[in-house]
Amino acid sequence: MAVVVSSPATTRGTWMTHTVLPGFGLTMGFTLVYLSLIVLLPLAALVIRASGLGWDQFVEVVTAPRALAAYRLSFGAAFIAASVNIVFGVLVAWVLVRYRFPFKRLVDGLVDLPFALPTAVAGIALATLFSKNGWIGRLVEPLGFKVAFTPFGVVIALVFIGLPFVVRTVQPVLQDLDKEVEEAAASLGADRFQTFRHIILPSILPAAVTGFALAFARAIGEYGSVIFIAGNLPMKSEIVPLLIIIKLEQFDYRGAAAIGAAMLAASFVLLLVINLLQRWSRRRMGGA
Amino acid sequence: MVIEVRNVTKKFDTFTALRGLNLQVQPGELVALLGPSGSGKTTLLRVIAGLEFANEGQVLFDGKDAGSRHVGERRVGFVFQHYALFRHMTVFENVAFGLRVVPRQRRMSDSDIKKRVLSLLSLVQLDRLSDRYPTQLSGGQRQRVALARALAIEPLVLLLDEPFGALDAKVRKELRRWLRRLHDDMGLTSIFVTHDQEEALELADRVVVMNQGAIEQVGTPEEVYDTPATPFVYEFLGNVNRVPCRINNGKVSLWGIDVAAETHDGTPIPEGDTAGFAYVRPHDIELTPVGQGEPAVVRHVAAAGPTARIEVSVQGVVPLIEAQLSRKRYLELGLKVGQQVGIAARAARVFPASASPSPMAGSVSG
Repeated sequence: MAVVVSSPATTRGTWMTHTVLPGFGLTMGFTLVYLSLIVLLPLAALVIRASGLGWDQFVEVVTAPRALAAYRLSFGAAFIAASVNIVFGVLVAWVLVRYRFPFKRLVDGLVDLPFALPTAVAGIALATLFSKNGWIGRLVEPLGFKVAFTPFGVVIALVFIGLPFVVRTVQPVLQDLDKEVEEAAASLGADRFQTFRHIILPSILPAAVTGFALAFARAIGEYGSVIFIAGNLPMKSEIVPLLIIIKLEQFDYRGAAAIGAAMLAASFVLLLVINLLQRWSRRRMGGA
Repeated sequence: MVIEVRNVTKKFDTFTALRGLNLQVQPGELVALLGPSGSGKTTLLRVIAGLEFANEGQVLFDGKDAGSRHVGERRVGFVFQHYALFRHMTVFENVAFGLRVVPRQRRMSDSDIKKRVLSLLSLVQLDRLSDRYPTQLSGGQRQRVALARALAIEPLVLLLDEPFGALDAKVRKELRRWLRRLHDDMGLTSIFVTHDQEEALELADRVVVMNQGAIEQVGTPEEVYDTPATPFVYEFLGNVNRVPCRINNGKVSLWGIDVAAETHDGTPIPEGDTAGFAYVRPHDIELTPVGQGEPAVVRHVAAAGPTARIEVSVQGVVPLIEAQLSRKRYLELGLKVGQQVGIAARAARVFPASASPSPMAGSVSG
């Protein structure tokens, strides 16, 4: 029997450093196939579909005033909601990590609720709460705050669904924060605020930015909870996903694909920027 | 500055870390807190720093109660065991931190801060690394950054928690000498915690030996080494053979010498025949040709270096006995494993068994 020994060192490219961990070929292959099937293929289909329009028509569809208003609302509301969440998410994470109080586990579990709840249920609940006769709507509407069926309602819904992202990314980092580092700051004369501002905040910032990015990305694509509270008036409180649905219902598949592709491009650019921001803040942490 | 610890007791939930401790540290002294893990030495250091507050008792700085003063107001320089450097700040910013957090009306100008930080960094020989981040430094360099950072606030006391614990042997030795020089040059009062008896004996002016939340002995390195006050100190400091023996009317005959039994707390020795332990240092043991002294058999020989370590078994004694001979004497006797020899003691101290530390406390000494 002839024995053929092929040397992996010569068959593999030089870009791959030798490692003792087995299974590189298999896992890498699986990862690539999987990502292609699940992510790349649908996105490619979307782009191809949209390209059927031709450039001029594509530009016309994606820059229509109604579409522009929808982008503004979707990205604007998502940005505001993620900004709100980064502040209050860090606060919630702080409280959950640093203090002991009754029913802490329950509160901790509550944070995940927006994950678990069907988004439509959340949307209906929020709409009921904030409508003219709802518990909160009844109180704030006479004061001139109209929440339900306005862009403000959209923000509220997006804050709701985005909360867990910041809390769950910041919490473990806060937990691992070395107590000695804070003590060191205190022994050098820093007060609690200075310690938080100069020591703790920079440490949790990368995680908070990650949470922000996740909440933001989720909010851009959110549909279920928003449509019930938004009112869905074209040019006023209509989000991009809804616009796409409307186009689909009118059998304007190419138009829907075009707006989807524009959305995709914008999201990609934004996430890229956030990623660069993260890399920068991580490098400042000394490569941690 | 005089630091006085008066009757300090510290409890964590159910665990008592410090039991009514008293200690006084004179200005300019370098004091080592030495003990096994769990003996309370780090807790004592943290109570002095104000990072922990005592349940009972007081800490006095120059006679004034420091209890109401927060750690930031005590002007202590604290060097943490794992350095606790600010990872997102450069070496320069780490050292400058204590100067920058001072309230604005008392803060130095930026150029003064810069001058001071640079002079501290050159003191710890890190001036060329001021732009690096802590993760880009070696262990010894991080240690020196931590020290420079603590010194920046011009502390009255320098407190160091296991300052050399995480460093390799060579760096440790260098830093030890360097710290001693620094302490003397700056006229600091320093306290450091260590579990390494060699470190404590070499570096400190006085050694505080702690065990189970209490002080066993305070003294100069010579005092605690040559005349340990308790069986615990005997076992914790340096090599020692613990030989079980019988005490007969307060006296023991061991390997050619008669030793009077003693207790460290003044309790009387029981009358008649009781169990006890004799402590014999390896260098207080003499090996002789067979026929003289108590019969023994050589079990192990380690002869590299200026002295030879010989382990022998003695009939009726369970542990192997370690003897330390000069190289010359070792060659004279021509010792080999399995050889019959005689054993004699030059000096020993005997404590009744009831006064000996538990086997657990003893085993930590290795």
